[in-house]
Amino acid sequence: MRLFDLSLRFKLPLWGGGLIIATALALSTSYVFQAWDNLNRDLLQNAEDIGRTTAHALFPVMLHDDVWEAFEVVSLPFAANPGRSLTESLIVLDSLKRVYVSSRPKEHPLLSPVAALGPEFAALGRELPMAADAAIFVRDSPQGRRIHVALPIASDSVRLGTLIVSYDKSLLWERFSLILGRSLGISLLVLAVLLPITAYWGRRMMLPMRLVTERISRIGSGELEDLDPALYPYGDEVGQLFKAYEAVLAKLREKAVFEKEMVRSERMAAVGRLTASIAHEINNPLGGMLNAISTWKRHGSPDPVTSRTVSLLERGLSQIRETVAALLVEAKVKSRPLNASDLEDVRILVAPAAHKQGTQLAWSVELNDGVALPSTLVRQVLINLLLNAITAAGHGGQVALRAVAARDRFDLVVENTGDPLLPQQLARLFEPFTSFSESGNGLGLWICYQIVTQLGGTISAESSTELTRFSVLIPLDPVNENPAAPNLPD
Amino acid sequence: MPKFLRHLVFAMGMALLCLGAQGRTEVRPIRFAMTPAFLHDQHALLAEWRVYMEARLKRPVEFVQRDRYRDTMDLLQQQRVEFAWICDYPFVMLKKEVRLIAVAVNEGKPTYRSYLIVPVVDAQTRNIMDLKGGVFAYADPHSNTGYLVPRHEIRRNGGDPGSFFKRTFFTWSHRKVIEAVAAGLVQGGNVDSYVWDVLNKVRPEITAKTRIVWRSPDYGFPPIVASSGVSHADFAQMQRLLLDMKADPQGRALLGRLRLDGFIQGEPALYDGVAEMMRGFGEL
Repeated sequence: MRLFDLSLRFKLPLWGGGLIIATALALSTSYVFQAWDNLNRDLLQNAEDIGRTTAHALFPVMLHDDVWEAFEVVSLPFAANPGRSLTESLIVLDSLKRVYVSSRPKEHPLLSPVAALGPEFAALGRELPMAADAAIFVRDSPQGRRIHVALPIASDSVRLGTLIVSYDKSLLWERFSLILGRSLGISLLVLAVLLPITAYWGRRMMLPMRLVTERISRIGSGELEDLDPALYPYGDEVGQLFKAYEAVLAKLREKAVFEKEMVRSERMAAVGRLTASIAHEINNPLGGMLNAISTWKRHGSPDPVTSRTVSLLERGLSQIRETVAALLVEAKVKSRPLNASDLEDVRILVAPAAHKQGTQLAWSVELNDGVALPSTLVRQVLINLLLNAITAAGHGGQVALRAVAARDRFDLVVENTGDPLLPQQLARLFEPFTSFSESGNGLGLWICYQIVTQLGGTISAESSTELTRFSVLIPLDPVNENPAAPNLPD
Repeated sequence: MPKFLRHLVFAMGMALLCLGAQGRTEVRPIRFAMTPAFLHDQHALLAEWRVYMEARLKRPVEFVQRDRYRDTMDLLQQQRVEFAWICDYPFVMLKKEVRLIAVAVNEGKPTYRSYLIVPVVDAQTRNIMDLKGGVFAYADPHSNTGYLVPRHEIRRNGGDPGSFFKRTFFTWSHRKVIEAVAAGLVQGGNVDSYVWDVLNKVRPEITAKTRIVWRSPDYGFPPIVASSGVSHADFAQMQRLLLDMKADPQGRALLGRLRLDGFIQGEPALYDGVAEMMRGFGEL
């Protein structure tokens, strides 16, 4: 696996951590360089300050040749905190470059030539400018152990000697490494705080992304899993991703429902076409056969056995014709427009059945005169639905009808409080010969479906534990009074 | 009421006036000069001694401190101080101008000595002659133990004190000679035995860096003297005070802190040894 294939869960913290470390390094380095610079500058400044004041004080002392006083003067910087001073020693040289006095008399004995104090001092002694008005002389050789700062002890162009301020470089390094260590410690502390935060942040960032990724990859296999928006309630890109995922999910669900509906209505249409053509194919010979029997009955001389047989045939054929007629719903019937009295008629027709069962009927009709729909067909649909509802509601149940005709649509709702319909019943409700009771022939809802569909409307059913509802919606076309029946061939 | 108040204010004013007048006439302070003959940087001790003196003399006392013996000698000669605690060398020099009041008793005797000290790391030196060509610290050009004694010792051994050492300088105090030796600034120095002994008790870490090589014979302890202008009454009063110190608990406490046993009247003959050495250098 390549580095860049790593999960963002690791890549983000790694990247963040890398940036933090780089920043910490850059800052520390700059700080350390600054500190080194400051330390050097401070040291020289310190040397100059000590040197100037001391050299100034030493002039009258040397003039009076007061060695003890000179010793007290050069010892003063070390009196306050011996061992902690950066300065290693103060040495006063006389005009012959011999030690006049030193703050470290044991190492720099009085009157010893500067060359005798060691190679570094010897080199210093050679390089030392001896003019009365010489500037401060700094000697810092890279291989040397000490930094020397030399100042003339002079006044009014008379030079009595030289003050040498010595610094031990190892002390400088000691201080510097102290600063270095401290800066390193602070950097590590900052990293110790920031890296876990970055790691946590990275994981937290990546969790919602991972969830979305997992769900999207499962969409292909048909699992439409919801994402809890509370997981990521923010409006940034990840939040937008969540919203987009939800939108896609909603569309996919809608599509699935739509596809299911399509399949169902296509099946219904196919069943309708098949039924109609079979009905036609049966109807033609059937008409011939019934005509033949009628002719035979009128003109033949039947003996009683034959008559009984023919009569039997005739009853059978008639039953076939009724069934076929029921299957062959014909919406192209000229009929007068629907009005309120039609619904009142239906009420009168179904009232006995309701009464017999002890079912309550609730009736709500908002209908102006002359709705542009064939009254016969609407009445048939309504009677079928209401009788079904009354049967389903059972004893003491309730059935409600709401019919509303608006300008462009006619709404019909029939509800009952009977037992709910099962899902598998709901799925095949409008197919022919699908009977859920012993009494019916299973064509009532089929007929309703055919009528409503041919009128360009929709019929649907829904069922819960309290209520089963059939809703019919038929659009009204104010121009064309008689809508075409697209699905049914003549 | 206001009348009474006015009387009161008047009375108080008068009382203040009387006090002021008395102060002006009576109070002339006794001036007492101190030299580095002893540890004269014990300021708290001096302050207590001053209070002690004031309580008994019923007069203000001022301690005048000078680092150089010459300055104290000038103060005495110019009668700018009444009394002074000086070294025996100046006493012999000023013998005709000052009067001996008292001599301190140090370890049972009114005497002290000169110690030749060297840094403790120097284990070889046995006498001053071993330090030839070295760097040497003197206390004061008017010090007996710190200047006269070592020069006399060099001469006694056949050396020339003027060229014997490579380098010499004055530290202007015995204590600083000890410090110079302790620091290794010099190879040797001669100090007042009393100063070394007291410092050895007070700051043993300093004296531990030095080693006593040689002890001189006894000399009279630095004397307390009065200038010639001091009245008999003042002289007697001060002498009484000093001599009585060991009889008084407060005085004994002070003496204890000075690490002295007390004061005795003393005889100028105590300092004949010093005079002898001075004569050797043609100074008398």
